[in-house]
Amino acid sequence: MRIIGLSVALVLLLAGCSSNWGWYVVNPMTDAGSSNLSFLLSGLGSTILLSITAISISVVVGLLIALPGLSTNRTLRSINRVYVEFVRAIPILVLILWVYYGLPQVADVAINVFWAGVIALALSDSAFQAEIFRAGIQSIDKGQYEASHSVSLSYSDTMRFVILPQAIKRILPALGNQLVYMLKMSSLVSVIGMPELTRKANELVVTEYRPLEIYTILVLEYLVLILIVSAAMRWLERRMQADERQ
Amino acid sequence: MQSSTVEPIIRISDVSKYFDDFQALKDVSLEVALGERVVVCGPSGSGKSTLVRCINGLEHHQSGSIVVDDVELGANRESLAAIRAKVGMVFQQFNLFPHLTVLENLTLGPVRARKMAKSDAEDLARRYLERVRIPEQADKYPRQLSGGQQQRVAIARSLCMEPKIMLFDEPTSALDPEMINEVLDVMAELASSGMTMICVTHEMGFARRVADKMVFMDHGEIVEMSAPETFFSAPESQRCQEFLAKILQH
Ligand SMILES: Nc1ncnc2c1ncn2[C@@H]1O[C@H](COP(=O)(O)OP(=O)(O)OP(=O)(O)O)[C@@H](O)[C@H]1O
Ligand SMILES: [Mg+2]
Repeated sequence: MRIIGLSVALVLLLAGCSSNWGWYVVNPMTDAGSSNLSFLLSGLGSTILLSITAISISVVVGLLIALPGLSTNRTLRSINRVYVEFVRAIPILVLILWVYYGLPQVADVAINVFWAGVIALALSDSAFQAEIFRAGIQSIDKGQYEASHSVSLSYSDTMRFVILPQAIKRILPALGNQLVYMLKMSSLVSVIGMPELTRKANELVVTEYRPLEIYTILVLEYLVLILIVSAAMRWLERRMQADERQ
Repeated sequence: MQSSTVEPIIRISDVSKYFDDFQALKDVSLEVALGERVVVCGPSGSGKSTLVRCINGLEHHQSGSIVVDDVELGANRESLAAIRAKVGMVFQQFNLFPHLTVLENLTLGPVRARKMAKSDAEDLARRYLERVRIPEQADKYPRQLSGGQQQRVAIARSLCMEPKIMLFDEPTSALDPEMINEVLDVMAELASSGMTMICVTHEMGFARRVADKMVFMDHGEIVEMSAPETFFSAPESQRCQEFLAKILQH
């Protein structure tokens, strides 16, 4: 919270120092300013929904891709490698364009901007999630599998009740990073017209012609959002560790 | 000593196990009768762990056969499941599930694998915690317990699966000296209740107390196998003599 206050203060200071700033566009005291502000903020829900949906999917897909990567079977492992290397090589912006403009022609489905964004972001992130999960699962001691084996747990029960709960606790910081990354990358979906934070700012710049102030507000929007996410992740980490101490 | 006419519950015949080019077990044969207590000892790297791990399918042998309670290991997928349901295993490093409470450690197998109702599994778990003398630790996490307590929880966790056979792989080697006896006492009590046991251990006092049969391994082979009286007083092979001389000094 202190950081947020500090950065707001910093920006206002900058504003005061330069005659080039025209804060009236987003002055909440005036009718025009406050309607501009609420126009900018109206993208917030989309940004959050887009990011949360995409990361939920990418976590699941990432886990499913990680599992064959842990196999002793070479074919299964190479499925994992090919997927990770291939997906990781595509720039997110390119993937967004391809999914939105290309996929409907290949798959013969109508796809709206939201789902095109979700699919592209999730696909791109899933390769990173797969690597995170693979490393996390590999860090669990082999004795945990042997103990599970000796009490007759199936492979899926071993994963679900023994390995993943421990692995997820370890990869939580990395998952938090991915969520932050996802929130930032969701701004790219503005190019296909998704009305999220960045798109709203772009639209307002076109009508108001005040890019400096409007993009500064945009920076602050992402900053606050991400600081809140970081704080929430730290709280979650602390809580999960407390489980063990009690 | 068990009579040799009893059909053995474990029959290991000419088992060989390779790790790549390295042969860890060389044509090992061993029979264990129902209720028999076998203690396995031998120098580090002699294949003791590999032998017990082959019995519950944690390692796969390349030749020979292992038959547990009339099921041949490796015959098919079901055989592995059938055998591990009959065989409990206690590890040197305990291998408790650190994210679960003691009670949850004990009930996971019964609930998921044996399909017991949760309340029945908890009753069962509390009974076995009583038996290993730590009923008051049910709601703690493994890391809050001493090594000796953790190993007793691990024994109780195995017992909750109600196995016919218990395997112990150096269960006291990772423990501080003052905690060794509390674990050995639990094991001795288990032995006197008639459990079939194979224990890899260098606790020779325990071996004298509970073993029906002593096995000495070296370089992947069973070098000596005899009743404890003969084993300790008149070991035949020189390697076994030397080993005992070294270990009994302490
Ligand atoms: N997974 C493995 N890969 C390669 N070699 C192995 C593996 N496991 C065991 N070995 C080798 O097999 C031999 C027997 O090992 P094992 O663990 O059975 O010995 P041990 O008698 O239990 O020794 P210790 O008293 O040290 O536990 C050793 O030389 C060991 O290096
Ligand atoms: Mg060993």
